[in-house]
Amino acid sequence: MNFALQNTAIDPIHQFQVTKWLDLSIGGVDISFTNASGFMLLGVVLCIAFFGYAASKKALVPGRTQSMAEIGYGFVADMVRSTAGEEGLRFFPFVFTLFFFVFFANMIGMVPYAFTTTSHLVVTGALAMLVISIVIGFGIWKNGLSFFKLFAPSGAPFLIYLILVPIEIISFLARPVTLALRLFANMLAGHIMLKLFATFAAQLIGAALSGAVFMGVVGLLAFGMGVALNALELLVAGLQAYVFAILTCVYLNDALHPSH
Amino acid sequence: MLLALLAETAHHLPDDAPPPFPPFEAWHMPGQLFWLAILFAVLYFSLSRFILPKMSDTIEKRSDRIASDLDQAAKLNEQAEEAQQALELRIAQAKAKARETANKATAKVEAEMTAETARVDAEIEKKLDAAEERISALRANAMQNVEQIAVDAADAMTSRFGLKASAADLKKAVSAALN
Repeated sequence: MNFALQNTAIDPIHQFQVTKWLDLSIGGVDISFTNASGFMLLGVVLCIAFFGYAASKKALVPGRTQSMAEIGYGFVADMVRSTAGEEGLRFFPFVFTLFFFVFFANMIGMVPYAFTTTSHLVVTGALAMLVISIVIGFGIWKNGLSFFKLFAPSGAPFLIYLILVPIEIISFLARPVTLALRLFANMLAGHIMLKLFATFAAQLIGAALSGAVFMGVVGLLAFGMGVALNALELLVAGLQAYVFAILTCVYLNDALHPSH
Repeated sequence: MLLALLAETAHHLPDDAPPPFPPFEAWHMPGQLFWLAILFAVLYFSLSRFILPKMSDTIEKRSDRIASDLDQAAKLNEQAEEAQQALELRIAQAKAKARETANKATAKVEAEMTAETARVDAEIEKKLDAAEERISALRANAMQNVEQIAVDAADAMTSRFGLKASAADLKKAVSAALN
């Protein structure tokens, strides 16, 4: 039997391929404008366009667009307030930017043939390092050396500190790593799954058209799975943006109140 | 660093090997970081400087407006309650006044009635007195006439018997007999 399956190479990794759109370099460093940069630009432009348009309305009774934007505003504001307290609101613009940057990138990634900027570890890693730098920088600027009380919660017997402090330090150092990896891995794995099921369904149904009826049944199952996975990935896209933002708030809370 | 190393080794793979894993390729990393920094900064700047203040302004204005509207509603409600109380007070006053007027009118009518009754009573009394006086005068007159008739009768009877009686004796005897 001659299945189409054997001819086509399934390459779920291809969607993460970075290609140059515009060759650029500064001092020998390659800073080409790539498809990754292009879709990141698209996300930023959409974000500014949506919120800029909604903010320009200023209606007392908001319309649909303004209402959506204000719900987003309230959502992030409540998130910051509930995890980092009223003082945390000074970071509200930062958390808002972070959340919607990741959210738009993830959502644009859900469009077929679009590039998912958050599926690259260098991007999520940079965002995580930015968050942790702000936490450390602001924590030390505000609390001085007492910021390091974060590693030694008060009220434990001396011997416990010998174990507790290293654990706290390791868990603190793990934060940027987990923050970056969680988003990266979720987006990467999700998109690989989507691609796999989509190509699988397409090829099996193609095989069914050329005679192998049983393949068609499996192909339809794969197609249904692909639809379900799309719904799941849509959820994950929103959820991971939320997780990234709320963990940022939790870490900022440590910088604001290091002694717990 | 580790990622860069991974990417480096990936680059040195022989030609027939599968293509390297794109997220770990090193060549695009500086560019990604460069554009990320610029775009994130642009987004942060435009959100925090222009868009978010506008939105918070709108939201704040709305909640201010709602609060002031609620205040005004409460004030109007209070005014309505005050007006209601004033109205009730006026009604009560009017009722009291009406009752007073009615009472006064009743009292006046009663006084007038008693006065009239007294007047009529007095008049009747007077008339009765006058009538009684007249009756007693008539009666006295009649008595005198009767006495005179009796005297005359007695005089006639005594003269018939051939007796002679003085007028004074006759009168005396008649009045003694009458009384």
